[in-house]
Amino acid sequence: MNKAQDTMLYLDGVSVAFDGFKALNNLSIIVRPAEMLAIIGPNGAGKTTMMDIITGKTRPDAGDVYFDGRTDLTRLDEAAIANLGIGRKFQKPTVFESQTVWDNLEMALKKPRGIFRTLFYSASGEDIARIEDILDTVRLADRRDDLAADLSHGQKQWLEIGMLLAQDPKLLLVDEPVAGMTDAETVETARLLKEIAETRSVVVVEHDMSFVRDLATRVVCLAEGSVLAEGTLDQVSANPIVIERYLGR
Amino acid sequence: MITQALLRALDKKAIWLVAILLALAVAVPAANLLIPAGQPGHVPTYIVTLFGKYLTYAMLALALDLVWGYCGILSLGHGAFFALGGYAMGMYLMRQIGTRGVYAHPTLPDFMVFLNWRELPWYWQGFDQFWFACLMIVLVPGLLAFVFGFFAFRSRVTGVYLSIITQAMTFALLLAFFRNDMGFGGNNGLTDFKDILGQPVQAATTRGALFAASAIALALSVLVCSMIVNSKLGKVMVAVRDAESRTRFLGYRVEYVKLFAFTVSAIMAGIAGALYVPQVGIINPGEFEPANSIEVVIWTAVGGRGTIVGPIIGAVLVNMGKSYFTGALPELWLFALGALFIFVTLFLPKGIVGLLGQWRDMTARREQAPAAPPPPAQAAVAAERGEDPATLGDVQPKPAE
Amino acid sequence: MRPTRSLRLIFACLGLALALLAGPARAQDIPGLIQSMGEASLRELGGIVEELAATGDSAVAPALEALAEGDLYVNEADGRVVIVTRNRMYDPVTQEEIGPAADADLSRIRINNSLRRDVAAAIGGLTLMSDNPSVRLSAARSMRANPSEENLALLDEALAAETDATVRGAMETAHAVTVLSLADTSIEDKRAAVPVVAQNAGREAITILNSALGSAPDALAADIRSAIAGLEQERAIWAALQNVWFGVSLGSVLLLAAIGLAITFGVMGVINMAHGEMVMLGAYTTFVVQDVIRRNAPELFDYSLAIALPLAFLITALIGIAIERGVIRWLYGRALETLLATWGLSLILQQTVRSIFGPTNRQVGNPSWMSGSFEFYGLAITWNRFWIVIFAIAVFAALLVVLNRTSLGLQMRAVTQNRRMASAMGIRTPFVDAMTFGLGSGIAGLAGVALSQIDNVSPNLGQGYIIDSFMVVVFGGVGNLWGTLVGALTLGVANKFLEPYAGAVLGKILILVLIILFIQRRPRGLFALKGRAVES
Repeated sequence: MNKAQDTMLYLDGVSVAFDGFKALNNLSIIVRPAEMLAIIGPNGAGKTTMMDIITGKTRPDAGDVYFDGRTDLTRLDEAAIANLGIGRKFQKPTVFESQTVWDNLEMALKKPRGIFRTLFYSASGEDIARIEDILDTVRLADRRDDLAADLSHGQKQWLEIGMLLAQDPKLLLVDEPVAGMTDAETVETARLLKEIAETRSVVVVEHDMSFVRDLATRVVCLAEGSVLAEGTLDQVSANPIVIERYLGR
Repeated sequence: MITQALLRALDKKAIWLVAILLALAVAVPAANLLIPAGQPGHVPTYIVTLFGKYLTYAMLALALDLVWGYCGILSLGHGAFFALGGYAMGMYLMRQIGTRGVYAHPTLPDFMVFLNWRELPWYWQGFDQFWFACLMIVLVPGLLAFVFGFFAFRSRVTGVYLSIITQAMTFALLLAFFRNDMGFGGNNGLTDFKDILGQPVQAATTRGALFAASAIALALSVLVCSMIVNSKLGKVMVAVRDAESRTRFLGYRVEYVKLFAFTVSAIMAGIAGALYVPQVGIINPGEFEPANSIEVVIWTAVGGRGTIVGPIIGAVLVNMGKSYFTGALPELWLFALGALFIFVTLFLPKGIVGLLGQWRDMTARREQAPAAPPPPAQAAVAAERGEDPATLGDVQPKPAE
Repeated sequence: MRPTRSLRLIFACLGLALALLAGPARAQDIPGLIQSMGEASLRELGGIVEELAATGDSAVAPALEALAEGDLYVNEADGRVVIVTRNRMYDPVTQEEIGPAADADLSRIRINNSLRRDVAAAIGGLTLMSDNPSVRLSAARSMRANPSEENLALLDEALAAETDATVRGAMETAHAVTVLSLADTSIEDKRAAVPVVAQNAGREAITILNSALGSAPDALAADIRSAIAGLEQERAIWAALQNVWFGVSLGSVLLLAAIGLAITFGVMGVINMAHGEMVMLGAYTTFVVQDVIRRNAPELFDYSLAIALPLAFLITALIGIAIERGVIRWLYGRALETLLATWGLSLILQQTVRSIFGPTNRQVGNPSWMSGSFEFYGLAITWNRFWIVIFAIAVFAALLVVLNRTSLGLQMRAVTQNRRMASAMGIRTPFVDAMTFGLGSGIAGLAGVALSQIDNVSPNLGQGYIIDSFMVVVFGGVGNLWGTLVGALTLGVANKFLEPYAGAVLGKILILVLIILFIQRRPRGLFALKGRAVES
């Protein structure tokens, strides 16, 4: 517990295996409050499995996972973890396609999640202002009444980031946020994430090296379920093992 | 807060629907009782009863739609809740027979005397009181749905697994109610009812009143459903339907959302069953047949799931067809029903209401922008991919999530 | 012509066999003694029987047996005593045929009941001393069945000389049973007899002990009670084993019905509600095959199932492929809709069969090798159930081979585990789907042939199995044949074990409840695939 103090996310010795295949192997990662961490690594390195474990989708076979220095995440389910203040953006943009952009954000908005509270909820002026604010941030204000299914791929990514913002989490897990975005959008996303990271902790998984460079933050390279190298992007990409196992050449 | 929710329930479509149902509740019995037979406008009593029955079916279909159309839970056991409500009402009606039964026993129903029962089993106590029966009509299906749903949803049984388990549930109840020693009349069920609230069940006035009650109950169900689906909870339900795990990562307790919808739906189904029994005059274990529950699904699908009016239209239309076929061409009914299942799933995934909506969209578009190329509407995109947006959540074959 | 064919005269024939083996009679006055029975009064007859018994020569047994059976006659023409069976006369000592009985003037030598007992005891004593062990064995057994005081001395005497272990055991049992049955034997003897009876008397042991319990003094009663308790426990074990067999038998039926379903569900994620109707079609195929055979070639009846099996497989597999190509193909990724569409198909198939064959049960016969039953130790096993278990195992094994050793099987497993990846690897998933569906349906047809042997063949046949089959699949887990096997057997055995306590219906309900509780623990069944590919 002591070791976990003053951390936002604390993973120590986490292992998980699927039918004998070790997806994570003694993985240890620390994220401090208001810090951004970029995670890179080849396919199958365990990036998504790590997110599954943090968000309660998968239970680790061994190891400790603590949030905010004190909460043991391995005992909680997805909803409880989300309500603690951990938001997740999926690799494949997952928005509620048959509902409008506005409804998507309204559902994500940080409000009591109880059944009857939800049933009798009606948006206060404050809530509406907040949603409109987010709509502006993610540049979807003019599409607020369109179905999410009709958005372009990049817009869906933005909507999902908007939903993350609406959740008002302490820790954001962002899986490949710029896939399918134009260069301008990518730059814009990097700017947005950096802004978010001023007040919250952010973990970004990304393959796009120029985007990671734009983030200008601490980088961890995963391979075969454990940490291969850690440091700034330059340090990591200069690491000979990383070059051999991930970057190539 | 609650008044806001109620106001939200009364959107335009719901107001129309409720108004029509209330008008029917007055007009049909009036046309039966006030206009003498033979004169134009007279509605024969059998028609009143028949359509009263259809209305209870419509309520059952609406209840199923709440869980299937909005929440993505395909229950193949909703007939069980319907039948349980029916049995609760049937037990009340049996107690009202009193000494008029064949054996003229003051408290025991005929079948119990016949089976040499000495006294009324504990679970029959209190059913001589109408209020108690009403309580049970709500409580028994609701409680069963709550307990069943609690276990099923908590362990994340979804998709076809859940469908099969609900089917097994109604099958188990079917077997149980067939047993004589369960004390529900076994194979024959409960029948030969005499009075309801002191009025003879067979009388035209009672029939009219039951029709009106069915119409009003359906109108109330429409209001309740409308309120739920128009609330934020309704949006969350649709979110659960489309992307269950995503909803969970937003912090919603998906199992409780489902449990709420399932329980409310079961209570509606139970009330529908309770209104059904006095109109048809019998309740027997056959109502628990898994085939019955699946038929309800097709009513909902025909009308259009995920809409309020769809299941009502579907239930009435399919049952009118059934009444016609079983009378005129009994051999062909199962062919027709089977073909309906296939046709609707293949060609009408959104049912009649969806079809009407599409047709309206198309004509509107033509009027608005005859020259402009049609925007890539969601429906068209979905049709190209051979899927409908309602099921985008399970594009991949996945036995269980 | 020897009197061996008369079933009534088993003892006589045993005596005859003995006489033939024994060779020339040792006692010289036997023929005389027998001949003297011709003129004897009832009282004298008793003396002669005693004398004959005293000779200790088994050669007199046939004559005594004939006497007891009322087959000993006097030929009035020459005063000679003869045995008459099947209308022919035989010499009472040598068993040689004398001639037809029809034209002779015969008068029967009559005896009364008390004499008949003496005769039986005399025969028992004689045969107990026979040189032929099988004769001794049957004598001992007959004494066990009819205990009497005289037998005790005979048995003691015989036991002293007996060397054959089997015969000795039978004699000891007969002795013990006799000791227990008689009132005036000593308690010590009886206490010694109790364990012998318990161990050797087989099914009747409890009856014998119970009847002895009635008059037993306390010291003995305790012994008897504990012996009975031991026996009942043993019997309970056998009953349990019998239950296991019934369970295995039910399980094999469930396995046949469920395994095709498990394959289609596992590979395609599709619930085929018309699966039960495929089973039903298989059963009707058997009916049609038998009908044709009855009319045209009745001698082929024993081969009817062998003919029906490939036909049923082909027909249902083709229908299955047609369904897949015609309906299910359009509904991929929409499991719930597929469920509804196949339910519609099941209604149509049922009604079609009802229109063609009528709504009533159709008679499907058991070939001779499927009829009757046999005993296996304490278990009663009917042949049709036995063959169905064998058949289920064979189908299961064949499927294992198909899945693990053929390229179609490899492709099917690949699609089960990761459809998208399989498709990317160049596997023609539509082809695999069609073949899988055909295979699953074909197996359902095979199951129908088997079920036609134990169930009513009616249009509703499939409906009776569909929910149970689903339970097997849910319980066993998807994508693993062994799961289906274990699921089917577990459910079958559990069903049969619950039935005696809860009744058939309640047992079934309990099973359903247990399954619902079971999926609380393991939502994907016993043998579930794991990993991220399955979840996403």
